[in-house]
Amino acid sequence: MADLQILGLHKYYGNNHVVKGIDLSIPAGEFTVLVGQSGCGKSTLLRTIAGLEYADEGSVSIAGQRVNEMPPKDRDIAMVFQNYALYPYMTVFDNIAFGLRARKTPTAEIPPRVQRAADMLAISHLLNRYPRQLSGGQLQRVAIGRAVVRDARLYLFDEPLSNLDARLRDEMRGEIKRLHQDLGKTMIYVTHDQIEAMTLADRIVLMHEGLIEQQGAPLTLFEHPRTRYVAGFLGSPSMNFIPATLQADTNGLSAQITPDLSLALPTSRFGHLQTKAGMAIELGIRPEHMRRQGQSRDDVAHISVDIEMVQPTGSRTFVEFKLGSNTTVAELFAHDVHRSGERLALEIDMSRVIVIDPTTGLVIASGAPV
Amino acid sequence: MNRMPLSFRFNQALRLCVAILITLVFLFPVYWLAMNSFKTADEIYASPPVWWPASLQLNNYLVLFKDGDAKSVFNSLLVASVSTLLAMTLGTLCAYSLARFKIGGDHLSNWIISQRMVPPIAVVFPIFLLYVFLGWVDTYIGMILLYTAFNLPYVIWMMRGYIQDIPRSLEEAALIDGCNPWQVFYKVVLPMCKGGLFATAIFTFIFSWNEFLFALVLTRTEVTTYTVQVTHYLGGQSNFWTKIAAMSVLGTLPVFIAVVFMQRYLVRGISLGAVKG
Repeated sequence: MADLQILGLHKYYGNNHVVKGIDLSIPAGEFTVLVGQSGCGKSTLLRTIAGLEYADEGSVSIAGQRVNEMPPKDRDIAMVFQNYALYPYMTVFDNIAFGLRARKTPTAEIPPRVQRAADMLAISHLLNRYPRQLSGGQLQRVAIGRAVVRDARLYLFDEPLSNLDARLRDEMRGEIKRLHQDLGKTMIYVTHDQIEAMTLADRIVLMHEGLIEQQGAPLTLFEHPRTRYVAGFLGSPSMNFIPATLQADTNGLSAQITPDLSLALPTSRFGHLQTKAGMAIELGIRPEHMRRQGQSRDDVAHISVDIEMVQPTGSRTFVEFKLGSNTTVAELFAHDVHRSGERLALEIDMSRVIVIDPTTGLVIASGAPV
Repeated sequence: MNRMPLSFRFNQALRLCVAILITLVFLFPVYWLAMNSFKTADEIYASPPVWWPASLQLNNYLVLFKDGDAKSVFNSLLVASVSTLLAMTLGTLCAYSLARFKIGGDHLSNWIISQRMVPPIAVVFPIFLLYVFLGWVDTYIGMILLYTAFNLPYVIWMMRGYIQDIPRSLEEAALIDGCNPWQVFYKVVLPMCKGGLFATAIFTFIFSWNEFLFALVLTRTEVTTYTVQVTHYLGGQSNFWTKIAAMSVLGTLPVFIAVVFMQRYLVRGISLGAVKG
């Protein structure tokens, strides 16, 4: 049974239609990540689930029970906030115990439960301190501790890592994932960071302008995006979109980018597009699907490019060049390229590209195996 | 040894001297008031002035207690305390609803603070007539309600500012953790604005404590506050300086004690108010 069921949810702020009809069903024990740009309605959706906002239309049900009119305290949820929301006048222990006390948990039960939560998050030594005496990472652990100490049905996370520095964020991401595996609880996590979404989620719900653009397992969204928006949102550096025309001739199918630049599309994957020859398309190419020549096998298109910018990241190096008139990014091995201005022979793995109909923004063919 | 340059030390010394001088100027009236309360009438009028009375006799105070005049300090204390308590309770609740539930739109709070701008002299006569009609002249209830009404706008305005500064997520976290809105108010909002609460309460108390005009018009004998009582010693024929001094000391003590204990909140309250405007 679905732990959380949302049907036809709409939310307005004045004239601003923020959530525009969301249907979502989340099974028990699943880690769902709501991801999207700021202003896409993901936080509003989470807050409506929590009961901090009212649904203007539609219904929210938790464990089969409609909760639209139920105050937050009766929904059996726990939530971690972006700015930690710790009470500065209470010790860490009292902060974690706050929810238990508010719910009239027997006094004798409180210390062992707080201790267990603190042990789980490695903050036992901080229990007597005040929030002002803690670092950002420690504060976030306490905030998570305050949620996990409760035996709630649903755990909500509202961008919990966005105030942390990059290294701490990586570390806490791992902790949260481990926590989900240990507790096996239903968790809903809001973030604008696609890496967090990819790494944490059992299922990603990608939102755009108040609607769900696509939902599914992280790799499904990554390899089989439903729309151009999804394709562009997931992945870093993001996908290259190259306008082209679909050409079909005796040699097969190809994408004509300029009169003298044409990339062959493998018929094994894109054969069904034969009928659409002459159509204006956009070709979606992920930076990591381009390599120095000579490193790959079938279904590759060869191009020769002038490197305009080189960005080494350590293990990989990002390069920028023009494909047709489009600035394109490729992700190469660290030592594949040394300086800008170099002329480089690259090959594109055409079996992994996607083809987009630019008029609708829908992906009409995707090379990745299903 | 690292020695400061001579000019720097001279500067420091000069500053210190000026600071001491200013402090003395400000403390002198307090000293003079306190000394006068221990002097006899002759010593007060003596020339050259008596800086230190021959004996620290308490006769001036004893007279005040014997005549029952000291009751006016009790009256002031009662009226100021109860009206402060009332204004703080009502005002903080009102401020919370203004800050968080958007009651009355954006302008209600401006209208409320504008009530504080009414010159008291403009309303004292209508209020007197109203009080005569209600039979509230020279009663505790009359004075308490009047001061409460006058303090409410100030309390609402100040507390609204403090409450707006509390991160909303703290209240939301409490709602989710199992509190109802009332519990959120006293478990989260009140502790979070404790400093502001004390600072505002002190200012409210001091306002009621020092209030003179309404007390003069609306009290007779039963609930005379100390500010009015002091004026009773100023006569056409003679001024009873010993009584004035002793009564003034009695009247200053409660506020002095309150400020000593709450100084930290008071300073914070002043500076916060200054920034907020």
